[in-house]
Amino acid sequence: MTAAVFFGCTFIAFGPAVSLFLFTIAREPLRVIFLIAGAFFWLVSLLLASLVWFISVQISNKESASQQKGLLIFGVVLSVLLQETFRFAYYKLLKKANEGLLALSQEETMPISIRQLAYVSGLGFGFMSGAFSVVNILADSVGPGTVGIHGDSQHYFLSSAFMTMAIILLHMFWGVIFFDGCEKQRWLAVAAVVASHLLVSSLTFQNPQYVSSLVPTYIVMFFMGIWAFYTAGGSLRNLKLCLTCKDKDFLLANHRPR
Amino acid sequence: MDLLSNKWIVYLALCLFVAGVSCNSVENKIYVKLNYTVPCVRLLNSTHQIGCQSSLSGDVGVLHVLESEENLDFVLRTGRNPPYMVIMESSLFNRSVMMKLKNGSGRVAGVAVVEPTSNPPEGFSPHTRCPNENTGVYSENYGPGLAHCNTTKWNPLGNGLSYEEFDFPIFSMKDDNDTQLIRQCYMDHNRPVNGSHPQYPLCAMQLSSHMSAVTNTPTCMRRNSISFSMSNGQPDMVCDPLSDQNIWAPSKPLNTTQNGHKANESVIIVSARLDSRSFFSEIGPGAESAASGLVTLLAAAHALRNATQDAQLDRTIFYTFFHGETFDYIGSSKMVYDMEKNQFPIDLDNVHSVLEIGQVGFHSSSNLWLHTDPVSMRNSIVQEEVKNLIANLNSAAAGLNVSVKEPGVTQPLPPSSFQRFLRARPFPGVVIEDYNSSFSNKYFQSMFDNADSLNVLYPPNLTPEEQLNHVTDTAKSLAEVATMVARALFLQAGGEKTQISSINADELTVSRMLYSFLISSNNSWTQEIIAPKDIVHLNNNTVNFYISVEQQASLPTILAKYLLANLTGSVVNVTQENCRNQKESEDDKDSKHLYNYIWVQGAALPNSTERDGFCVRSTVHLSRAMSPAFELENYTTSEYSTWTESRWKEIKGRIFLVASHDLEMLTLGVGIGVLLSSLLLTYIMSSKADILFSSGREPTSATY
Repeated sequence: MTAAVFFGCTFIAFGPAVSLFLFTIAREPLRVIFLIAGAFFWLVSLLLASLVWFISVQISNKESASQQKGLLIFGVVLSVLLQETFRFAYYKLLKKANEGLLALSQEETMPISIRQLAYVSGLGFGFMSGAFSVVNILADSVGPGTVGIHGDSQHYFLSSAFMTMAIILLHMFWGVIFFDGCEKQRWLAVAAVVASHLLVSSLTFQNPQYVSSLVPTYIVMFFMGIWAFYTAGGSLRNLKLCLTCKDKDFLLANHRPR
Repeated sequence: MDLLSNKWIVYLALCLFVAGVSCNSVENKIYVKLNYTVPCVRLLNSTHQIGCQSSLSGDVGVLHVLESEENLDFVLRTGRNPPYMVIMESSLFNRSVMMKLKNGSGRVAGVAVVEPTSNPPEGFSPHTRCPNENTGVYSENYGPGLAHCNTTKWNPLGNGLSYEEFDFPIFSMKDDNDTQLIRQCYMDHNRPVNGSHPQYPLCAMQLSSHMSAVTNTPTCMRRNSISFSMSNGQPDMVCDPLSDQNIWAPSKPLNTTQNGHKANESVIIVSARLDSRSFFSEIGPGAESAASGLVTLLAAAHALRNATQDAQLDRTIFYTFFHGETFDYIGSSKMVYDMEKNQFPIDLDNVHSVLEIGQVGFHSSSNLWLHTDPVSMRNSIVQEEVKNLIANLNSAAAGLNVSVKEPGVTQPLPPSSFQRFLRARPFPGVVIEDYNSSFSNKYFQSMFDNADSLNVLYPPNLTPEEQLNHVTDTAKSLAEVATMVARALFLQAGGEKTQISSINADELTVSRMLYSFLISSNNSWTQEIIAPKDIVHLNNNTVNFYISVEQQASLPTILAKYLLANLTGSVVNVTQENCRNQKESEDDKDSKHLYNYIWVQGAALPNSTERDGFCVRSTVHLSRAMSPAFELENYTTSEYSTWTESRWKEIKGRIFLVASHDLEMLTLGVGIGVLLSSLLLTYIMSSKADILFSSGREPTSATY
């Protein structure tokens, strides 16, 4: 649908992620490395899941539509579970790596906290997931045509872009909550992450009724965002302080030399 | 890793590769590719470019089905969503509509013409009214009152569309599923209802036929040579000269490896043309304009086979088939040039007279006309010879169902290869046509000049094999013409009048030839007479007579060559290897100068795929048919044909929906808004991150 739609959808899908990267990650090489490693872990999980799905499709009866639909659902569930498994695996790896880094470095404190790692790895998962969701759609949006000649909805590109934005942010929130849950042995939090991931992925089966898949997704994202904010150390009081601009005094007062 | 897991990895990789080749599903949601796309391409000559051009990535336009000529107003003035892609039935494909569209400036993105199932009864010819008017023999110096069709317009129905230049693509579509889809898409989305304008999203089409060459032949040949010198190995050519092969065969063997004048040889050249064209690129059925003359000459050669071998004739008959005559006499100008430069086995001094068979398909309802050149006939010797030739033709026609007449008025020769011979020197010659002062062919050089227009009709419910062996009425009448031509040639070559009644053309052969050229070239008869290496060229459609740019022979040349070889040659008992090496026995060194040996497939053996091949010895030869202008590298000449065809990268078409410009801009705006607001938000949050995420980090937080 021409360059305007291409750029519009790219900005919608990757805007928040890119701005997060620019302002919080790009300056710290260690964070960049862990971001890319996180993206790689997500990629491997996708590879495994798609391998299993591909083989099962080849074995199955290609004519039967219900069987194909069933296989698709199976594929989605398997992919979600594998992603979360790899998130756990990455957490374990990071714990081990952190101990090793601490032993190597000369400082007393850890160069990067587990909370920062949670955020960075979540964002890495999000980047890669968003890329795989939307890049081929963006590539086709450059051409002169828009979706619809076979009766599909016209808003395909736009809703894909918004969905991708939600998924990227959701991965980031899930990363924070998941790692915190693993740290503090709060398995309920971990289960909640897996469950909400499954929920959001299954909501996409509602397409092409984009409203019924996008709105619940954004609601889930909103709640996950609030939960992640609290997990990361935020609170209503801090928010109020920031918004009413009393923060300067707070800062000065807080950083008394010890 | 052991061998087993290696194998598994390779197998898996192959699986994934195969799966990846399947189509892109998002693209399938958006575009519907058109399967049958026949474009009009760009041709260039020394001064002009003709044909159509699209932009580099294709032209996109909102579909509009043109209902009438008045409806053009919607496209050109009132429609709100230009540019438009106009779909029209072929009844609207005429000069006035196309000229208006051509002048429609930026509002026309392209045109698609739907092929009709039957020929338009009023006729249609996109060629000019006076074909080849600048490269014939008539000019200010030679018969000035006769030049440029001053006395008679040969092609009165000609609208000259083929020679116009369009800056948008024009495609031809069959009336099949794709066209139905297009019409349905138009009905669903684009049709104005009750006078209101249609709303977005609208159905649109993109046609791509970008031509690399521009301006004229000298420009494109210059760019060819620049590209050739600059890039080593992979030059990026932009155009190619139109070229193919002429076919020639003397009725008795001549030493073909020795060029120049042959002593004591007097030759009668009897010729027909091998090519035709239409407005669109790969369509050129040429039934009346090419096939009728071609088949008649082949049948006449066949009829004369025994007579020329048995009787000792004074003169040799030279059967010639010229290619590229549509484009300013490419084949005949090259042969005359070769003869002048002593690069041909005979030269112009050997030529005694010329007989040409033009368009002869419609004679059954009227006479055959013998056209002569009034200017050369002012010479008494030439006049004497021409009268002799006409007398021979008359005596040949006696007793047959053919009546020949001469046009009673002084008029020029119709467009014919004989004119190029006259440009060299005044030869006596006659051109046989089925019309007097203007073509009886209503579809000259158009896509409608097909089997239907020539009345090559078969009774319904016949299998292809039965159709092949059915003798049509057109075949019978063409066989009569062939018999007349053969007998006249026999007399002209010095044969006895008493023997001519044994010379007869075979109706079944004529009918089979018509079937092969006009209905399907891949049939059991052609499969028997063709060499194994050329079987791939046969297909199940009508033969495309367009000359194209291949340096090797195209299908009509190949088919005519094998037909001529089998019909005039003889079967010799020679092994396949000797046959392929052009010799009759191991130490035979002379036969290759005189004859041409072809190993043909032969009939299929029963219950087997093997074929019973045999060797055919004939005097059939091919000679290059490319305009001398390209040999001389003089591309601005007006003496020879300078036609070239542009090259192109891809030809395709597809349909899809387009959204309104406003929606696109809105999407862009939302995107920019999301990006800017997220940048702002992130900046604020990251600068205040210490405060926002402070609780839980420092256990001793000061409390206020």
